[in-house]
Amino acid sequence: MAMVLNDDQQLLKESAKNFCRQNSPLSVLRRLRDEKDKIGFDKDIWNQMLELGWAGMAIPETYGGFDFGYGGLGIVLEESGRTLTSSPLISAILLGATAVNEIGSDEQKREILPKVVAGELIISLALDENISHAPNQITTSAKKDTNSFIINGEKTFVLDGHVADKFIVVARTAGETDNKQGISLFLVDANTAGVSITRTFMVDNRNSAKIKFEDVNVLSSALLGEVDKGFATLDYVLDIARIGLAAEMLGSTQEVFDRILEYLKQREQFGVLIGSFQGLQHRAANMYSEIELCKSVVRAALAGLDNKNADRVEIAELASIAKAKLSEVFFLVSNEGVQMHGGIGMTDEFDIGFFIKRARVAQQYLGDASFHRDRYASLKNF
Amino acid sequence: MNMQLQALDDFRSAAREWLEENCPPSMRTPMVQEEIAWGGRNAHYENPESKIWLERMAEKGWTCPTWPAEFGGGGLNKEEAIILNEELRRINARPALTSFGISMLGPVLLEYGSHEQKMEHLPKIVRAEIRWCQGYSEPGSGSDLASLKTKAELQGDHYIINGSKIWTSYADKADWIFCLVRTDFEVPKHSGISFILFDMASKGVSTKPIQLISGASPFCETFFDDVKAPVENLVGRLNDGWTIAKRLLQHERTMISSFGLASGQSDRGGTTSTVDSVEGVAMRYRGDTDKLSDPVLRDDIAQFKIDSTTFALTSQRSVEESAQGQGPNATSSMLKNYGCELNKRRSELLMRAIGSQGLGWEGEGFEEHELLVTREWLRSKANSIEGGTSEIQLNVIAKRVLGLPDILSMSKTKKK
Ligand SMILES: Cc1cc2nc3c(=O)[nH]c(=O)nc-3n(C[C@H](O)[C@H](O)[C@H](O)COP(=O)(O)OP(=O)(O)OC[C@H]3O[C@@H](n4cnc5c(N)ncnc54)[C@H](O)[C@@H]3O)c2cc1C
Repeated sequence: MAMVLNDDQQLLKESAKNFCRQNSPLSVLRRLRDEKDKIGFDKDIWNQMLELGWAGMAIPETYGGFDFGYGGLGIVLEESGRTLTSSPLISAILLGATAVNEIGSDEQKREILPKVVAGELIISLALDENISHAPNQITTSAKKDTNSFIINGEKTFVLDGHVADKFIVVARTAGETDNKQGISLFLVDANTAGVSITRTFMVDNRNSAKIKFEDVNVLSSALLGEVDKGFATLDYVLDIARIGLAAEMLGSTQEVFDRILEYLKQREQFGVLIGSFQGLQHRAANMYSEIELCKSVVRAALAGLDNKNADRVEIAELASIAKAKLSEVFFLVSNEGVQMHGGIGMTDEFDIGFFIKRARVAQQYLGDASFHRDRYASLKNF
Repeated sequence: MNMQLQALDDFRSAAREWLEENCPPSMRTPMVQEEIAWGGRNAHYENPESKIWLERMAEKGWTCPTWPAEFGGGGLNKEEAIILNEELRRINARPALTSFGISMLGPVLLEYGSHEQKMEHLPKIVRAEIRWCQGYSEPGSGSDLASLKTKAELQGDHYIINGSKIWTSYADKADWIFCLVRTDFEVPKHSGISFILFDMASKGVSTKPIQLISGASPFCETFFDDVKAPVENLVGRLNDGWTIAKRLLQHERTMISSFGLASGQSDRGGTTSTVDSVEGVAMRYRGDTDKLSDPVLRDDIAQFKIDSTTFALTSQRSVEESAQGQGPNATSSMLKNYGCELNKRRSELLMRAIGSQGLGWEGEGFEEHELLVTREWLRSKANSIEGGTSEIQLNVIAKRVLGLPDILSMSKTKKK
């Protein structure tokens, strides 16, 4: 498994790193928050990201993409995680576009993907209903009515939901609440009658919404994939997104750690640099080791996605390992980020607090560490 | 396909064919402690097939696959060595030979030894003729290894060695020792150390076994009373032994880190129970069929397996990276530390998996493999002590990898 970046990937990494550092530093997120920005991400920056081709990274050329693979998308996500860039990269690209690309019919792909790649369409997954991720516990219903379906239910934690043009709604067309059978996916325009959207201001200053569907009528052609059989492919799409999110978390985690190291080599107390205290050194060395492990699993998982021979169980395992591991390590490092900076780490003026806030959201989204340990154990038959 | 890939493919088929023909059936079963082949003058083979397997592998130089053929090694390049390893794993082959000569001394002799020393010692390691032990630690010098006091004085064409070592693994079974000695007492501690080799059968060498908490007795106190070692046995330059000593520790740590890999075989007999998965054992002892019934244990095992899988990927990545760069470096401390802690966790989980059947010491009421779990749990505690303690590895990472300042040197500059 190739865990070392090839030359093209190395180049992409350099350019993504420079772009994020210069064009979308952390101060952008702070400004968006302070101004209570209506959109919640910077449109100019997003347009520049689109021009760089980031949105089409993992989309086939036939549908307007660049076929650079998930390895490429992962690199871009990792670098944007370093500066906590707020953009639809996760909602519209990693999740929305991936879902259409993996599940949609040729017609749906032709219709939707080029627009997503060009930034003309933001498409977001409306999945979660409860306080924790449980993709098979779906109560939102879609009832068949001659030529259409009627959708009723409530969704939460819908990324960029307040600015999305379209939703992919996960709904139950048959079966009991937590049954994997009977789940179907629908493409629903945000302005359809009966859809009401409430923006939720999240602790990480990124964008989410709660969405209510009341007797929303959609045509049968809005079905994404087969009726009742949506779960398996949905889970595969989620795995891709879990791996991509883990890559973003890796970038953020490394950034916090770099900032910690810098502070340990600069702050003096008791007449010496605080980095000379063994109580801090050993914790730093442990974090370093954990981050090395994180790099390996993220690289291996991305390589797995681009490997045509990898089967879905393998991908599911890698996804759960990566998301579990990164959730634990981002938690650890973001906590230490505050602690090792002392009082200044607690101030709003200082940036480290943005990372601990992002960590908690990223940890929970698409399943936290215990969700994925449980899932991994089941995949391993124990 | 280009020529290079074609050559590797040919190598793989040839290796596979040879292994199919030459690896005896019992050598394709999990290793058991008593059958580890250590070689040496007094080698004893519980299982005659161990001897056959060792001789065949040594003949091809595959006990040390990457060492140059002129010193008896396999002369393989890195890619070929990886392939050979994969093919060995494919048939679950046991290591043909386990020795400190392979994992510790050989690599530094290749780097620092004279041509004569290489010609003299390397082929004997490959062919398992000489078993080596490591004379580093002393009663007063453990973590602070460089403070060692065993003395070597030049007298004509010999050094005369006096002092004692401790925790010397298998000193009572080894033929030769690679030993750190002080050759200058007047200079700062790191600058007066030399690296020397001598025969354990020399006059004046004596050993006394020490028992471990696990009941086994793999290491010794080792005493040197006017032991004579010829000057040509000094490796590298006089008083420059610390450089070699540290390099050897990196190789040792890389080796020990493999304890953390499920398939890892240990040089010091740390873990041999690759028999079964922890979760499999836990389920069998509870009569569970599709899901482990203890949810807390299930979660802990899942976390352990996630960490060990991620760790295995990291070892693999470090191999991929070093295929482009140099040999082991300070990150070997990271691998050593993490691998050892993982192996200790695995032992603790195995103990929990079998409950009170893991609390026996000997006699009736316990199966052999249950007693082994208990003994190996105790033995595993040494993983984070041998080869430099976990705390020392964390110090090395902090200073060498992360570039954090050294409190000792900082407070010294303060006093001035
Ligand atoms: C099974 C086994 C096999 C071994 N085989 C060999 C062998 O073949 N050859 C050989 O030469 N040696 C061998 N050793 C010895 C081993 O290398 C030493 O035990 C080890 O280096 C620790 O030294 P010590 O026992 O003197 O402990 P000490 O150095 O006294 O350490 C005691 C405690 O203090 C901590 N400590 C010490 N210094 C620091 C510091 N600077 N910062 C933070 N904490 C610190 C240690 O981590 C440890 O927890 C073996 C040991 C074991 C257990």
